[in-house]
Amino acid sequence: MKLLAKWDYVPSASRLGYTRETLYVGLGNRDGNYRFEKRQVTDDMIDKFIGGRGFGLKLLWDAVTPETRWDDPENEIVISGGPICGITQYPGAGKCYSVFLSPLTEQTYNSNAGGYFAPLLKFSGFDAMELQGRSDREVIVYIDGDNGCVSILESNLEDRNAYAVTEFLHEYFAIDEKDKKNISVVSSGQAAAHSFWGCMNFSFYDPRRKVARLKQAGRGGGGTVLHDKGVLALVVKMSRVTGSSTGPADAETLTRVGGKVHKEIRDFDDVQCKMRSIGTAHLNEIMNDYDLLPVHNYKFGRNDGIARIHSEEYRKRFTQGLPDGCWYGCTLSCAKATPPFQLTTGPWKGRSVIVDGPEYETAAGLGSNVGIFDPEWTIEANFYADHYGLDTISLGTGLAFVCECYELGLINREDTGGLDLSFGSKDGIMELIHRIARGADEFSRIAALGTRKMKKLFAEKYGADSKIMEDIAMEGQGLEASEYRCQESIAQWGGYFLTLKGPQHDEAWLIFMDMVNKQLPTYEDKAEALFYFPNFRLWFSLVGLCKLPWNDIEPEDNHTKYKGIEAAKVPEHVQNYVDIYNAVTGKSVVKEDLITMSERVYNFERIFNLRMGKGKRADHNCPSRGLGPVFEDEWMVRPDYFDGKLSEAGIDPEGLSVREKIGHLQAHRRSQWEQLVDKVYARRGWNRNGIPTLDTIRRLGIDYPDVVELLERNLEPEEAFL
Amino acid sequence: MIMVNGDEFEWREGLTVQDILDAKNFTFRMISVWINGEAVQNRADYASSLVPDGGEVEIIHMISGG
Repeated sequence: MKLLAKWDYVPSASRLGYTRETLYVGLGNRDGNYRFEKRQVTDDMIDKFIGGRGFGLKLLWDAVTPETRWDDPENEIVISGGPICGITQYPGAGKCYSVFLSPLTEQTYNSNAGGYFAPLLKFSGFDAMELQGRSDREVIVYIDGDNGCVSILESNLEDRNAYAVTEFLHEYFAIDEKDKKNISVVSSGQAAAHSFWGCMNFSFYDPRRKVARLKQAGRGGGGTVLHDKGVLALVVKMSRVTGSSTGPADAETLTRVGGKVHKEIRDFDDVQCKMRSIGTAHLNEIMNDYDLLPVHNYKFGRNDGIARIHSEEYRKRFTQGLPDGCWYGCTLSCAKATPPFQLTTGPWKGRSVIVDGPEYETAAGLGSNVGIFDPEWTIEANFYADHYGLDTISLGTGLAFVCECYELGLINREDTGGLDLSFGSKDGIMELIHRIARGADEFSRIAALGTRKMKKLFAEKYGADSKIMEDIAMEGQGLEASEYRCQESIAQWGGYFLTLKGPQHDEAWLIFMDMVNKQLPTYEDKAEALFYFPNFRLWFSLVGLCKLPWNDIEPEDNHTKYKGIEAAKVPEHVQNYVDIYNAVTGKSVVKEDLITMSERVYNFERIFNLRMGKGKRADHNCPSRGLGPVFEDEWMVRPDYFDGKLSEAGIDPEGLSVREKIGHLQAHRRSQWEQLVDKVYARRGWNRNGIPTLDTIRRLGIDYPDVVELLERNLEPEEAFL
Repeated sequence: MIMVNGDEFEWREGLTVQDILDAKNFTFRMISVWINGEAVQNRADYASSLVPDGGEVEIIHMISGG
């Protein structure tokens, strides 16, 4: 590959979790004006933004203006792990966050992935990297941490899809087979050229299977931004990795605390979540049993086809006996791979490939939600989604919306380019995935833009009914919902639709706590949960940790030693996080400090969205399908249950038609939604319009002059909570 | 009659925790069970843990996944 630009630097070692330097790569503005800089990390940045997503938001804030749009050159992709990222003593410590302005939501987005990229970036000398501008040709950015050099190379790869690119680049930059594990690649795929669902694939090399494996920062369209910048791939290489590469203050504590969790995983995973043998796909039948599995665009919560997608069916298809951690030391090993799997469609038809996953979200989204209960189909769809660079969650939910529009007659076979897109139409749906990747025709190009744009364009181009589409489209803030049915949990309406970036379950998953356990009886209780859990979970994104070892494995006596919501917090694991944070950074925080660290960034991100013209109450949209049944067939699956809900609301169902009952229940739940919004905003220290108050930002210490000025322009006295 | 997570549940002689889990189709593994404020210590004991008439049972599902 032709070298276009090269920059030498002296890598700084990580000390107390930080190298205190970030890498800036400017790609010019289609003019070949490449630029490199080392930027210093200030104490204020560490104190207020911690790392990972916090660093990403701060650097992006400094890089863009309120007028910047996702496809402007000044938009950035910022990738950062965080201070704990890269330790090897505690499971799940290879996570990183990618922050960018999203094509889907037109505001900030942050998307996380495992893999080796962030740890190797840190050990190459950088706490974060900023990628800005647009190259004049397709390039590969290569960070050689071993030799202190960053290069920009002209890509000569014909196949732009992730597995081809990743495999090639591991081969290209490695000295020998053993060296391949010292490399990590970030790529998208050909779909990123056409779709706003473009994901970023982060690689790690699997020496036992001798293939590069992929983990996805799937959501929000980061891959689309990467493609828009003309970057085929980012590559980092660093061969010197040890258990003390982060420069921890107290390595002994890391080893001791990590050892406790490794023992829990070894002793209890098989009787708890089975992450090592099945991974998150263990949820398939559980969600079905609790009416939470999305079936036919979230219309229904269960289906008789569950036996065909039972986790046992997936377990049989995964390679056994090869634990798959995506960073050194992760004994939870949730990553799963199939044995060689023969593809039956698409450009690689007939080839045998190793497929990563499916995880639960993919098994449900590219499965039950589109009416397909066939693991072989889902595995193939999963492979091509990753390969093409498509987020499997948005793809699954978006396709489910398409299928329902098709079945309702809002779009027809002529519109779809001849495809039968009924629920369960395996051939038609798979072909649409291939067409989306190629941008093959008008319909696939519209579908590729995401559900929010589909609503608009289906109405404009095909005359589809806008009201119906608004009711049934499971999107919030432009992002497709992840794969849980939330209708019967008021708290989870907030867990999905009162979030920073749209209905993604990484803020709060409160369905059991609310709907099954009945632990959140009042709006104040729900608001408290929607304060604590989003903030606690956000903390992982600041420091570079995976959420799964928090509560997908628990101490044996957690469920009897602690009662109520306290047990759900897994107090001993919270203390582990305090201990390892202090052990790495040398600080002396207590558990309450974790929430404050997160709250600071949570509010900053909300304010950032306000700066981008979003971030108000009107932007927290919640579709009718998210609140309850929209059509009669949904009601008639559980008529007694829904009649009971009407009675609880003080509405006598006697004598009402099902249509009328739906109208009453929807109106009642919409009023409940508004009450929830008020309580949550008040608890978060926001006004009625969802804007953080000046008191809140002063308390958190993020009252920077530009932030204060922005809030003063937007805060209205009549919108204050009294 | 007993209460299970705040809802009424028909009691019968010999009713066990496992009977309730089966009746309510509570198949999730990560749960804790409390009878009148006392935890059932061992998950293996659910099939032999009797629930008294008038008892208040809490079946708490932990958060997981995601």
